[in-house]
Amino acid sequence: MSQPVLSVENLQIAFGGHTAVKDLSFEIGARETVALVGESGSGKSATALAIMRLIEREGGRIVSGRIMLDGDEATDITALSDNAMCALRGRDISMVFQEPMTSLNPVLTIGEQLCEVFVRHRRMSRQAALQAACEGLARVRIPEPERRLGQYPHELSGGLRQRVMIAMALACRPRLLIADEPTTALDVTTQAEILELIGQLQDEIGMAVLFITHDMGVVAEIADRVVVMRHGIKEEEAPVEVLFARPRATYSRHLMEATPKLGSGAPVLDRTPATVLEVNGLTTRFVTRRGLIGQKGSAFTAVNNASLTLGAGETLGLVGESGCGKSTLARSILRLVEPDEGSVRLAGHDMMRLGRRELRAARRDAQMIFQDPYASLNPRLPVHELITEPARIHGLARPAECRDLAVSLVEKVGLEADAVDRFPHQFSGGQRQRLCIARALSVRPRLIVADEAVSALDVSIARQVTDLMLALQQSDDVAFLFISHDIAVVERVSHRIAVMYAGQIVETGPTDSVLANPQHGYTQRLLSAVPRPDPTRRRRSRPVDMDAFSPGPLAPPVPERAHGRLARAETA
Amino acid sequence: MLTYLARIVLKMLVTFFAIVTLVFFATRLSGSPIDFVIGEGITQEDRALLTSYYGLDQSTWVQYRAFLASFADGQFGLSFVERRPVAEIVGERIWPSLQLLLSSVALTLALSLPLGILGAVYCKSWVGSAVMVVAFLGYAVPNFVLATFMILVFSYWLNWLPVVGNGSAWHFIMPTITMSGILIAGLTRFTRNAMLDVLGQDYMRTARAKGLSEQTVIFKHGLRNASITILSVIGLQIAGLAAAGSVVVEAIFAWPGIGDLLVRSAIVRDYPVLQFGVIAVSVAVLLINAVVDIAYAYADPRIRLGRA
Repeated sequence: MSQPVLSVENLQIAFGGHTAVKDLSFEIGARETVALVGESGSGKSATALAIMRLIEREGGRIVSGRIMLDGDEATDITALSDNAMCALRGRDISMVFQEPMTSLNPVLTIGEQLCEVFVRHRRMSRQAALQAACEGLARVRIPEPERRLGQYPHELSGGLRQRVMIAMALACRPRLLIADEPTTALDVTTQAEILELIGQLQDEIGMAVLFITHDMGVVAEIADRVVVMRHGIKEEEAPVEVLFARPRATYSRHLMEATPKLGSGAPVLDRTPATVLEVNGLTTRFVTRRGLIGQKGSAFTAVNNASLTLGAGETLGLVGESGCGKSTLARSILRLVEPDEGSVRLAGHDMMRLGRRELRAARRDAQMIFQDPYASLNPRLPVHELITEPARIHGLARPAECRDLAVSLVEKVGLEADAVDRFPHQFSGGQRQRLCIARALSVRPRLIVADEAVSALDVSIARQVTDLMLALQQSDDVAFLFISHDIAVVERVSHRIAVMYAGQIVETGPTDSVLANPQHGYTQRLLSAVPRPDPTRRRRSRPVDMDAFSPGPLAPPVPERAHGRLARAETA
Repeated sequence: MLTYLARIVLKMLVTFFAIVTLVFFATRLSGSPIDFVIGEGITQEDRALLTSYYGLDQSTWVQYRAFLASFADGQFGLSFVERRPVAEIVGERIWPSLQLLLSSVALTLALSLPLGILGAVYCKSWVGSAVMVVAFLGYAVPNFVLATFMILVFSYWLNWLPVVGNGSAWHFIMPTITMSGILIAGLTRFTRNAMLDVLGQDYMRTARAKGLSEQTVIFKHGLRNASITILSVIGLQIAGLAAAGSVVVEAIFAWPGIGDLLVRSAIVRDYPVLQFGVIAVSVAVLLINAVVDIAYAYADPRIRLGRA
C-alpha cells in the first residue's frame, strides 16, 4: 500500500467518563474498502463521527490520538481549526448515514440540498450548482434527475433517498467516503442495489471507503480489509478472505457463528400438528380520505386474499419487504385492524364473527411480540406487574399469585428470579425482548405473533432469543407466526415459510423446499439479493433478472409502489 | 393545494356561522337593555313601547332572523345607546386596534424568535439559562401589573410617556409592551423547544457533514423546520391576543379600539354593538388562523403537496 488516505493512530474517544474507543489504529489506502465491524456499543459509529469531528455534537470527545489525511501531519483532524475542518467536511471526507428516511431535510428540495454542497465547496453560482446537482443525481443512477431536483424527500422511496445521500456525499469527489450502516434500514433487494452502486462509484471516483456495519454478509460482499471491534477495542484486523477463512480472535469467530447464513437448514416438524390458526381469503384495505369534506378516496389493498394455516408447535415464517403487508396481515388476524373480507379461525373461534367482548377473550389465545423492546415495555411498571398484566386482564391469575407467576415466567425465559422487582430500563435490549416473550407466555397462548421481534437486536443476542423461542415451542407446543424481512433468520426458526409481496402471499411451503427451489419470481429475486457471508463467492454478476419485481428507482414510495408493481407483474 | 385552500374557506364559513349564532343567544342571556337606556322612573307603557320599538317583544326566533337580516344592509342595525349605525361605531375602532395588534406582533416576533434560537443553540451555557430566566419572568408577571408598573415609572415618576389615548408614536410604547409581554415569554420558550427538537434531528447532522457553516446549518436547515411548529403556536397566540389581550390593555390605556368598545357596550347592554364587536373580533381570529394555515402549507411541503 502506498500513502494511506486516512491513518488513525491510537485514537481514544470518551462520552463523559465512559471510554467508547480505546487505542484504535488503522489505515485506509486509496480505492480500498475497509469494513469496521462490531455489535452495538463497539464504538464503530463513534469512530466515524470522530473522523468527521462531529463527535462533540453527540456529546463525546476525542481524548487522544491522531487522525491524519494523506499521512500528512499538517492535516491532523484532531488538531484542525473549526473553520478548516468545516471546509474539509463534504469536500475531502464525506459521510452517508444509516437512516435515509430522516437524514434528508424534509422541507428543502432535493435540488437545494445537493446544490448547497457545490456552492459551499466549489463556489459555484446557483445555476451551475443546479446543473452539477443534476449530473450528481445521474451519476448515482437516479432516473429523471431533472425532475428530482424539484422534489422533496417524502416523495422518494427509501432506496432513492439513500441514492440522493450518496450523490450528496460524492458531490465533491471526496478522497474518503464513510458509510455508517448505509443499507441497514433498507430492504435486502434495495441493499444489494446500493452496495453495487457504492462499488461502482468507488471504481469511477477512486475514493477510499470506510464501511461501518454489523452484518457479516455485507462485509463479505464489499470489504477489502476488515477491522473487528468490540467494546471500543480492535479485536482483529485482516484482509477479508483471511478473516472469513481463518479468524484469529475468538470474538470474530463468535460473530461469524452468530451470523445467520442462508442455506444452513431449517427445523422440520416430524408430525402433522393440530391446526391452531386457519386464515382464508383475508383482505384488508385502507381507504384514504380526500376532498373538501373527507370523502372516501382511493382504497389501498394492504392485504390481498391471503390464506395460511398454522399448527400447534409449528412456526410459519412470513417474509417480504417493507410495505408488503406482513404486519397488516398479522394485525388483521387478531383484528387489531379490521379486515374487509375473509375468515380467520383461531383455536376454534371464528374471529370474524366475535363481538367485542368475546373477541377480547379470544385474544388470550394469541399474543404479540413487537420489534422495539424499548418502546413495547411501560417504563414505569416493575417487571412483575408488566409481565403478568395479560394474565390479570384475562382473569387467569389473582393479584396474590402474580408474583409467583412472574418468577416462574422470568426463569422460563432465562432470566434470574430477582428480575421481577426491577424496571425495564435496567435491562439490555435482548433481556427486554425476553421479558416481552415472558409477558406473552403469561396467558399460555396457542399462537405467538413475533413481528420483527429480533430485527433490532445484535446478531448474537438475536440468536439467543430465537433459540429461546425454539425451546419454548418444544416445551409449550405454541405456534409462532414469525415475521421478518431477514430470510436467513426466518430459515433458522421456521418449519414453513410464506413469501409476501404487494399484499399477496405469492409462495408458501416447507422452508427448505421454498428456499432451495423458489417458484415465484419475487422469491428468486429476494433470495439472490441476500448477501452471503463468504467473500470467495462474491456476486460479480446478478444471477436473476434483478429488474423484474424491482421497485425500480422510478417508483414512488411504498405503499403505492408495491401495489402498482404487482399489477405490472401480473400483466407481464 | 386548491383543495387545501377550499377546505380552509369552508371551515371559516362554518365557524363564522356558529359564532354569529352563539353571540346572538349569549347576549340575550344578560338581561334587558331597556333598563339601562332609560334609567329609573319609566312608566310601564313607555317601557312596552320601547321594547317593541327595538323589537325585543318578538319571539327569539324572529329576533334572530332580523339579526341575520341586519347583516345584509351592511349597517348591522342601530346602536341602542348612540342611535348610529353599528358598522360606523365599530368601524372607527378597528384601525386603532389593528395598529396596536400589529405593533405587538412585530415586537413579539422581533424579540422571541432570536431569543428562542439563542436559547436553543447555547442551551448548555449561561446564555441559554439567561434566556430561560427572562422568559419565566415574563410569564410570571400578569399584563395589568406590568402596565401599572410602567405607568408608575415612566409616566408618573419620570414623566416620559403619555398614558391615555393613541395620539402619537410615544403612545404606542407602553400598550405594545403590555400586550406582547406574556406572548414574548411564551413564544421564546416555544421557539427554544422547537429549535432544540430540530437540532437533534438526523438531517442536521447531515447538513454539518456536508461542511456547511454553522450559520447555514442553524438558520437554513434548523429554523426552516422549526418554523413549522412555531407557526402553529404563533397563530393561536396572536388570535388570543386579538380576542382577549386587547380588552384589558385598551381599558387600561383608554385606547380607542374594539376592546375598549366591547367593555363599554357590555356594561350598558348595547346588544347590537356588543354583538357586532364580538363578531368583528371573531372574524379577525378566523382570518389570522387562515393566514397561519396557508403559511403552514407554505412552510411544510408535505402539507402543500397533499400528503400528511
